[in-house]
Amino acid sequence: MATVDKSRVPWWVSNLIVPLVNLTLALFVSGLFIFIAGENPYEAVRLIIYGSFGYIEGFAYTLYYTTNFIFTGLAFAVAFHCRLFNIGGEGQAYIGGLGVFLVAINFSFLPVPIVWLLAVGGAVVFGAAWAFIPAYLQATRGSHVVITTIMFNFIAASLMVFLLVDVIRDTTQMGPHTVALPEEQWFPSFEDFAALFGVKIRYSPLNISFLLAIAASFFVWFLVWKTRWGYEMRAVGHNTQAAIYAGISPNKNIIIAMCISGGLAGLLGVNEILGVHHKIVAGFPAGYGFTGIAVALMGRNHPIGIFPAAFLFGILYQGGSEVTFDMPNITRYMFVAVQGVIILFSGALENLFRPQIENFFVNRLNLKAKA
Amino acid sequence: MVSPILELTNINKSFGHVHANKNINLTINKGTIHGIIGENGAGKSTLMSIVFGLYQANSGTIKVNGKEINLRSPKDSIINGIGMVHQHFMLVENFTVLENIILGFEGELVFGKNLEKAKKDLKNLCDTYKLNIDLNSTISDLSVGFRQRVEILKSLYRGAEILILDEPTGVLTPQEVDELFKILRSLNEEGKTIVLITHKLIEIMDLTSEVSVMRQGEMVGHTKTENTNKEQLAEMMVGRSVLLRLDKSELKTGDVVFKVEDLTVKDDLDVTRVKNVNLEIRAGEILGLAGVTGNGQTELLEALSGIRRVESGEIYLDEKKVSDSQNFLNPRQLKEKGLAHVPEDRQRMGLVTDFKAYENLIFGYHDQQPFSKSSILNHKDIISHSKKIMEEYDVRPQSPNLITSNFSGGNQQKIILSRELNEKPKVLLVGQPTRGVDIGAIEFIHQRLIDMRDRGAAILLVSVELDEVLSLSDRIVVMFDGKIVGEKENKNVTDRELGLLMAGVV
Repeated sequence: MATVDKSRVPWWVSNLIVPLVNLTLALFVSGLFIFIAGENPYEAVRLIIYGSFGYIEGFAYTLYYTTNFIFTGLAFAVAFHCRLFNIGGEGQAYIGGLGVFLVAINFSFLPVPIVWLLAVGGAVVFGAAWAFIPAYLQATRGSHVVITTIMFNFIAASLMVFLLVDVIRDTTQMGPHTVALPEEQWFPSFEDFAALFGVKIRYSPLNISFLLAIAASFFVWFLVWKTRWGYEMRAVGHNTQAAIYAGISPNKNIIIAMCISGGLAGLLGVNEILGVHHKIVAGFPAGYGFTGIAVALMGRNHPIGIFPAAFLFGILYQGGSEVTFDMPNITRYMFVAVQGVIILFSGALENLFRPQIENFFVNRLNLKAKA
Repeated sequence: MVSPILELTNINKSFGHVHANKNINLTINKGTIHGIIGENGAGKSTLMSIVFGLYQANSGTIKVNGKEINLRSPKDSIINGIGMVHQHFMLVENFTVLENIILGFEGELVFGKNLEKAKKDLKNLCDTYKLNIDLNSTISDLSVGFRQRVEILKSLYRGAEILILDEPTGVLTPQEVDELFKILRSLNEEGKTIVLITHKLIEIMDLTSEVSVMRQGEMVGHTKTENTNKEQLAEMMVGRSVLLRLDKSELKTGDVVFKVEDLTVKDDLDVTRVKNVNLEIRAGEILGLAGVTGNGQTELLEALSGIRRVESGEIYLDEKKVSDSQNFLNPRQLKEKGLAHVPEDRQRMGLVTDFKAYENLIFGYHDQQPFSKSSILNHKDIISHSKKIMEEYDVRPQSPNLITSNFSGGNQQKIILSRELNEKPKVLLVGQPTRGVDIGAIEFIHQRLIDMRDRGAAILLVSVELDEVLSLSDRIVVMFDGKIVGEKENKNVTDRELGLLMAGVV
């Protein structure tokens, strides 16, 4: 098979057409699953679209999920630019939530906006600290971050259960969660905003953390492509030997990249704790950290790609729960499988059809150029 | 009775633009030890890989025992009685000797009664050729010399009549070399044909009965070893190709700006590769460092540029100590002090090939003004700077936004040179500046280096191209086995003299 000259492939082919083809295939295979389960795939698609866009609260839920996926997707992407496979987003988010809560509850005497700022800082610092340990071990001892970060997910989960049961539990309740934060510290929700304009809507978890996610996207773009740190991180990721030649320390950059990554994952705690639960609930990261890996891979580790990828997963989460309500044969786990298929096609099998598609367009462009 | 066992006619092989073997004709007679000698990159290994079926020739024929054969894979070669011992051994480290040898034949051997027979056959082979190998020892417990013997035994067991050894002594100690030669002689006495690939003249004189010389992809001579001598072989090996003409002004040297005292450096495997080296470079001169690849030049360059730690000894820049075994400046600090480095391997070290051209044009200088201010990259200045120096150094195409891997080798090299020379360094370390670069770019690069010298830079030029060293340098030192074995003013020095020094003969 003839290889395509990479430089001649238009950007929209590799960055739009190829992901779209992969996505279509994934949806087709998912449709087969649903058909085999004895339901009508068209009806399922209709329900997904209705569930995620059809009414205002549904759409708000979609954006709420999107918020979480943006945070964890960005977290994975930053580390990946330094060629570090940080699969510890889950644990870093969990510990980040602890930071948010501890800061908010201990500084409640300060004005609310300042508490918010400090709480965001707490999320970043705690998340980063949790990522620092694996990063340090990778940099100085060569312990692979894939192994250590996944172990740190378990450690984080156990640590949090211990804290929620024995140390910071709300003693007036039976469940493993803390007391609620004072109500004035809660993030304004979408509901509150709508009320400002006289529109009355029902509850949804969407809150101003969504804006924080957009700000974080800008931050990541700026960091990775516009600053010296991003430049050095990418140099280490692409060619460690060359980085050493240029006087860039791989160890230092591994640690920096992992800490920023952990900090971003920690921001998930801001959405969940200041925005939704207003307290720490056991197991609140709920797998967002892992799905973030797929989001980042699908979004090609660029904020501009991560946003639509996160949105797509938001649609699937929200639309998926709509489907499970209405279709008795489709369980929640069915949608885990659908996610899996999407991850398979847009992550692992990403290059399955890439050469053919790129060849097709390059040949067409060549013909056009000749004509 | 002399009859050819292996005949090669008009073998051609290209890798992309590189013509590694040009119309090679070679006849190897039965029962001889045939040496193939040439500098690194002369095409010896490529040729033998074709014979062993690892590569397919673009054209040409191969005959074994007078019969034309088609070699598509090593399996075909083994069937035809050709065995090869590679420079890097192909052994499974945690298997025993026996397991390694029967690997690939285990279907018939391991579980059947044939295993006993195989063991017996192997014992016999060991005894006949005095290999002295315990079949049950694990490879990882064996020394390099013994591992090589396992490779030899493996080939013999598979019925090799022709045994090709690719640089077999490169990894051995002198005692192990003696042992190996004894084994090879006894193999030869039993009627095996041996092909020895090497760049060491001493080995050719010691062991072979016939010798062929390769240079730059061509076969330049065949002779009986008894009819020649080291000097003649060295001359054939290095060649007398016409030197590139260069306009070089009179030498005007200044003070010593770069000094190396008693420098010793180890490689990643803890082997001492640079041994007590002393160098002095004055402002406005080019010091050429000649030598066959792998004699410590790489480690020396890495130590001088701050990439590799110094084991012992000192390095001085402008009479100030910059590195010893305790304290050393990192590459960036050295750059700030005016030491630029064009590394030997541009893709592995000099560039991030996935970066855009403009990102590589500031690589290593990216934290300096005006490229970055308070850690934020100044895109506008970087692009305008990139455009300027890409034009000045004629990098084609002149598009700073193109990904670096899309540039040709010569243009990638120009990207590195423009970056390193642009800062007007006091000391310039250059490794293989024209490796894999086309003729036009070679001239351009050479002229730039001369310009730097005339501007008063102290330049250390490390190159395996003797022509390059001879045409650029004001003074030449030769490195062999980690030591500086000779120093010459570049006035009436001949390539032959240098060739002998490079081969470690004198």
